[in-house]
Amino acid sequence: MTAAAIITRSTRASRIAGVLALAAVILLAAAPWWGSRADLRLIGEFATYVALASLWNLLAGYAGLVSVGQQAYVGLGGYVLFTCVLFLGLNPLLAIPLAGLAAGLLAIPVAKLVFRLQGAYFAIGTWVVAEVLRLSFAQVQALGGGSGISLPVDAVRAIASSRDLREWFIYWISLGLGTGAVLVAYLLLRSRIGLALTAIRDSEVASMSLGVRITSVKFAVYVLVAAATAMVGSLIFLQKLRITPDAAFSVNDWTAFVIFIVVIGGIGTIEGPVIGTIVYFLLREFLADLGSTYLLILGALAIVIMLAAPKGIWGSIAQRFGISLFPTGYRVHWRE
Amino acid sequence: MPEALLEVRDLKAFYGDFQALHGVSLALRPGEMLALIGANGAGKTTLLKTICGLVAAPRETIRWKGEAIGGLPANDIVKRGIALVPEGRRLFPSLSVEENLILGGAMGRSGPWTLAAVYAMFPVLKEKRHAPSTSLSGGQQQMVAIGRALMSNPELILLDELSLGLAPIVTRDIYAMLPDILGHGMSAILVEQDVTRALAVSQHFICLQEGRVSLEGQPAAFTRERISAAYFGTAPT
Amino acid sequence: MNWVNAIVQGILVGGLYALFAAGLSLIFGVMRLVNIAHGDLIILAAYVALVVVQLTGLHPLASLIAVVPLMAAFGYALQRGILNRTLGKDILPPLLVTFGLSVILQNGLLQVFTADSRKLNAGAMETMSFNAVAGINIGLMPLLMFLTAVAVIAGLQFVFYRTAMGRAFRAVSDDKETARLMGLDNDKVYAAAMALCLSVVAIAGIFLAIRSNFDPALGPGRLIFGFEAVIIGGLGNLWGTLAGGVILGVAQGIGAQIDPGWQLLAGHLAFLLVLAFRPKGLFPRIEG
Repeated sequence: MTAAAIITRSTRASRIAGVLALAAVILLAAAPWWGSRADLRLIGEFATYVALASLWNLLAGYAGLVSVGQQAYVGLGGYVLFTCVLFLGLNPLLAIPLAGLAAGLLAIPVAKLVFRLQGAYFAIGTWVVAEVLRLSFAQVQALGGGSGISLPVDAVRAIASSRDLREWFIYWISLGLGTGAVLVAYLLLRSRIGLALTAIRDSEVASMSLGVRITSVKFAVYVLVAAATAMVGSLIFLQKLRITPDAAFSVNDWTAFVIFIVVIGGIGTIEGPVIGTIVYFLLREFLADLGSTYLLILGALAIVIMLAAPKGIWGSIAQRFGISLFPTGYRVHWRE
Repeated sequence: MPEALLEVRDLKAFYGDFQALHGVSLALRPGEMLALIGANGAGKTTLLKTICGLVAAPRETIRWKGEAIGGLPANDIVKRGIALVPEGRRLFPSLSVEENLILGGAMGRSGPWTLAAVYAMFPVLKEKRHAPSTSLSGGQQQMVAIGRALMSNPELILLDELSLGLAPIVTRDIYAMLPDILGHGMSAILVEQDVTRALAVSQHFICLQEGRVSLEGQPAAFTRERISAAYFGTAPT
Repeated sequence: MNWVNAIVQGILVGGLYALFAAGLSLIFGVMRLVNIAHGDLIILAAYVALVVVQLTGLHPLASLIAVVPLMAAFGYALQRGILNRTLGKDILPPLLVTFGLSVILQNGLLQVFTADSRKLNAGAMETMSFNAVAGINIGLMPLLMFLTAVAVIAGLQFVFYRTAMGRAFRAVSDDKETARLMGLDNDKVYAAAMALCLSVVAIAGIFLAIRSNFDPALGPGRLIFGFEAVIIGGLGNLWGTLAGGVILGVAQGIGAQIDPGWQLLAGHLAFLLVLAFRPKGLFPRIEG
């Protein structure tokens, strides 16, 4: 009587979640027909933060590259978009992927430099890079220098003829980037690269001895995340219609909130960034006008979670109940 | 019957999920030298580490002079008079020979072992006192490690693999010094790969095999074959 | 002459940068912790000094008497209460907790003191200067700042290599487990190190507050200066950190001479160049 091992990737919970997620995305995609302009803005902003959080999570939670300088790419994305529209006369929608390309290219020499630093020094190094970009763009008079620059309405009209249609396009792109980021992270982690990343995260020495090319994997992830982050950044500033160096490269807006979202939601899980973004928006509803108090509370919450429940909200739930809505591992069942 | 200085009762020790000790018991009397023998991985170092507090243990399983000390942090246990000469010496590379020794005595227990006394025992250390501790030869480093443990004036000294990485002549010299080192009524537990040497200097021995006591008693009471069988786990119990 | 003057001023301000960096270097050496809130703690010290000066009317430099013990006590409590729990093999907890701390400090100070720019007034000392060589003016405060930096680093070296506390620091940094066998309580040793670090931070904060305007958002910039000084100088070498600070200061001075807007960029450029060509720094002693 031999036992046979059945190996699966999904569980009932994950299959249900998959169906629900698909339904949710379809529902949200149809929002232009059931929602108001304010609804679209809110959901779009939500999707934007989910994108930034998922990307940062991929970098820090999986590749172990804790960057506090991703605002460099958010701002770069914004400035590339403005440059493309103002000086090359391009359609803003075309400028978004260009921003991604530009950021990806810049990320290559940047990675070569900052990868010489380890751990927290790496983190601060990424911050320095962001500062260099901020200071550099503040020197470019053609882009408004320190006071920044605005997008003229004509340029934005190139997206679509009516204001409604423009808002819909931007909304769909936001939604696309948000779901795309989660999806890409999910698929990546289910693939061999993902296996390599998880192995690296667990033990660099062990994975090196098994032939995992750590530096190449980390390098690729860093560049990929930089490009995607820049695309999100370009979309953010397309919506704002105005960019300044301080806003573009703001640590608070593009890094602090993102880090807190991921830590609270559950670092190193796919579900975490989504949960964390929900918490962030809920808290914002209640603490709306408190400004810096809001950041203070988020910061304190992140510290408490890091000390008491380091896996975050989702991580703790997943560990306790053994469920995974976006499973990236394998399950072994025994059938007698 | 003199009171046991150190009593270990049914000690179970774990490294994460791995159980290294499966219920080990022993009793050590004052002034006694106990040899702890066994193959690699049998649990000898783990036993020493639990006694001195580097590995967790339930409170009541280890009694020192009547007090239950299991699981106390190592820095508390050393202050009660137990010192460890760790496997592989574990000297502090950033400290000189003399600084290593001074640090050993930093907890302020009084007794015959002072810096001068240690230098008297190991004159070569006095010559090299300002040298970085890890620049010394293996045998000299072993002297520093022993001296460092002595500086805390312990009542019980735990010696883990003194001969590890040392030339036989050096080992012989160090063992020759043992009676003087322990002369002041100090108790000792000696972990040693070289069974003959270990049994030659001790009054009692315990043989560990895969985390369990497979044989114990006085060295003279057992034949080599009997001990060997217990060592390798081939003895019928 | 302007160039020479710029370089001289750069050397002197390098002392301040070295003060920023010294604490960072110390803590990394003892417990391999990089405190992202370090810059914000310097700003906190500046505000503490502000309050002390307002309450007592003391001269800013004299307020050291109160600020140093206050910051030291805060450092001890911070380490024992929170930071000790983050130490371990995982790099995420210390990084994320100190990042959270940085945000909390900035926003807390913002709440209490608003974003208004402040400055501490050192009175006549601020304008005193003397003519070193023809055309080169050396201000009293910058010189004092530099000499204090040298003294602090010499002091830290003394503590590290010639005191029992320094012995304990080196021991726990070498081997945490064996340090316990010496009767050392690692938690308390780390807390003492942080207390020492924040004492230096207090000095740095007061000099910062005298030298220029400050507000709650200045922390990260100071962290970056300190960090750059440490990396340029090389890890594990306090005198190297002084050299790193001086190089940073001089680079910034040269940049400012070319164009005022280039001051900070020039410093970052110097840092990036060192990172590119001498990644271990100029005078390294330990591995990062």
